[in-house]
Amino acid sequence: MSLTADDVNKIAHLARLGIDKQDIDSYAKDLSGMLDLMTRMGGLDTAGVEPMAHPLDQVQRLRKDVVTEADQRGHFQAIAPQVEDGLYLVPKVIE
Amino acid sequence: MHTKTINQLAQGLRSGEFSSVELTQHFLQRIKQHESLNAFITVTEELALQAAQAADQRIASGGASLLTGIPIAQKDIFCTLGVKTSCGSKMLDNFIAPYNATVVEKFNHAGAVMLGKLNMDEFAMGSSNETSFYGPARNPWDTQTVPGGSSGGSAAAVAAGLAVAATGTDTGGSIRQPAAFCGITGLKPTYGRVSRYGMIAYASSLDQGGPMTRSAEDAAILLQTMAGFDAKDSTSADLPVPDYPAALNQPLAGLKIGLPKEFFGEGLDSGVAAVLETAISEYRKLGAEVADISMPNLNMAIPAYYVIACAESSANLSRYDGVRFGYRCESPVDLTDLYTRSRGEGFGKEVKRRILMGTYALSAGYYDAYYLKAQKVRRLISQDFQQALAQVDVIMSPVTPTTAFGIGAKMDDPIAMYLADIYTIAINLAGVPAMSVPAGFSGGLPVGLQIIGNHFTEDRLLNIAHQYQQVTDWHQQTPKL
Repeated sequence: MSLTADDVNKIAHLARLGIDKQDIDSYAKDLSGMLDLMTRMGGLDTAGVEPMAHPLDQVQRLRKDVVTEADQRGHFQAIAPQVEDGLYLVPKVIE
Repeated sequence: MHTKTINQLAQGLRSGEFSSVELTQHFLQRIKQHESLNAFITVTEELALQAAQAADQRIASGGASLLTGIPIAQKDIFCTLGVKTSCGSKMLDNFIAPYNATVVEKFNHAGAVMLGKLNMDEFAMGSSNETSFYGPARNPWDTQTVPGGSSGGSAAAVAAGLAVAATGTDTGGSIRQPAAFCGITGLKPTYGRVSRYGMIAYASSLDQGGPMTRSAEDAAILLQTMAGFDAKDSTSADLPVPDYPAALNQPLAGLKIGLPKEFFGEGLDSGVAAVLETAISEYRKLGAEVADISMPNLNMAIPAYYVIACAESSANLSRYDGVRFGYRCESPVDLTDLYTRSRGEGFGKEVKRRILMGTYALSAGYYDAYYLKAQKVRRLISQDFQQALAQVDVIMSPVTPTTAFGIGAKMDDPIAMYLADIYTIAINLAGVPAMSVPAGFSGGLPVGLQIIGNHFTEDRLLNIAHQYQQVTDWHQQTPKL
């Protein structure tokens, strides 16, 4: 299976991932190679096999619905690229 | 001092032969002297000396643990409060972690001295340490070869005597493969044995932290501190932790070892195969029985792994959006531009490849063919392990098809790099524990023996490795630097 430059652009958009124009062909080639590798799984009969999402087949633990974390907004926002009045700043979304 | 075991160093600290400050200065000096190995991303000299002073006081007043005052280093994937935690990426080059990983907390509590943060492949994606934003760490046995990856800095540092021991993480072989390439002992515990809290996520159903050390005895001491239930990790195993050092001395008579024929076939270098044959005959002398077994689905491990790991990483790495922490591009024109350029400029090529692959595998129309299929294959591989481990106590195999390869040799061919993970990857899919133990040399470079056990049998694996290390001295060999 091979992916085109167009496919790579579409996937990159889904992932919100900037890709340099000059690299698109090389990504198309690498991803096609990866897909060829993955397509090998098609040769294995998995009819009736239960998908395995987790190595220990665990169930998620429940805990009491109580507050366990103290407010550390200032501490966490100290490493943010841009904040003001306790809010994270991004370019204007709504005109 | 840098070739002594943790027990010997703890003894030296208690007898007053040397202080933790002196020991720490010795390692800091060695780190400076061997800077060209590029094993460290950050050296925390001041913090280390403060911790060493505190350790000396604690030892003098009693109440010290075996690790009190012992200089270790953390893979730069573990969050360290107030210290840069880069995960080998430009994306987190400015990230000063606001909290400690549970593993880091546990070492701090034990009084261990952190020397610094170790080099690694970007977001743990790589098998050579060459995808690091900070450049590759080098293999101390031959600095023109890779130390392996992704925990390449950890393996290089321990092998070169720049730290007594180190932490690593293993998603598809990232503890065991660099341990094999650098001639040290590495243990990937059972999934859930060591807390993942504060360990930056790559593929959450596969990631597991573990010790990288100069011996199985040291690994047992580190794992004793690292292991255990953590309410902050939703997949942490709520099981008692055995006494690992106490289990080391059991005799191996009657041990049943299985050798899967699929792991000793085509593609295995003859020099590596010869070393393993000698190692296995050593186990026979120790009283083990050896049986040939078959695990028919192992050849599907690489494709299944790369679907699952890429899918999980594409979801995990969506958090790096340039808004709350990490890299942000200059002058974004709108929100999409902010996301797209911050991610495009912040991530390196291998990380982008895996995000793209994972996004594709999870996208509408392809989910069943790739992700669901891979999860079914994962089940079959896991069943192979359970069937094999019902017949034998442990499985032995190579860790890598060859010894360490040259820097640059595989960087242009990602598929060739992935295929070299053939012997380590299936273990993560099954979630079982496995070790890499130094077993000899081929062409002057170290060879590792892999020992694989069933879930939560780390005590047995450490015992099996330790008994071998009592009758061989491969783990005591040191590179000429």
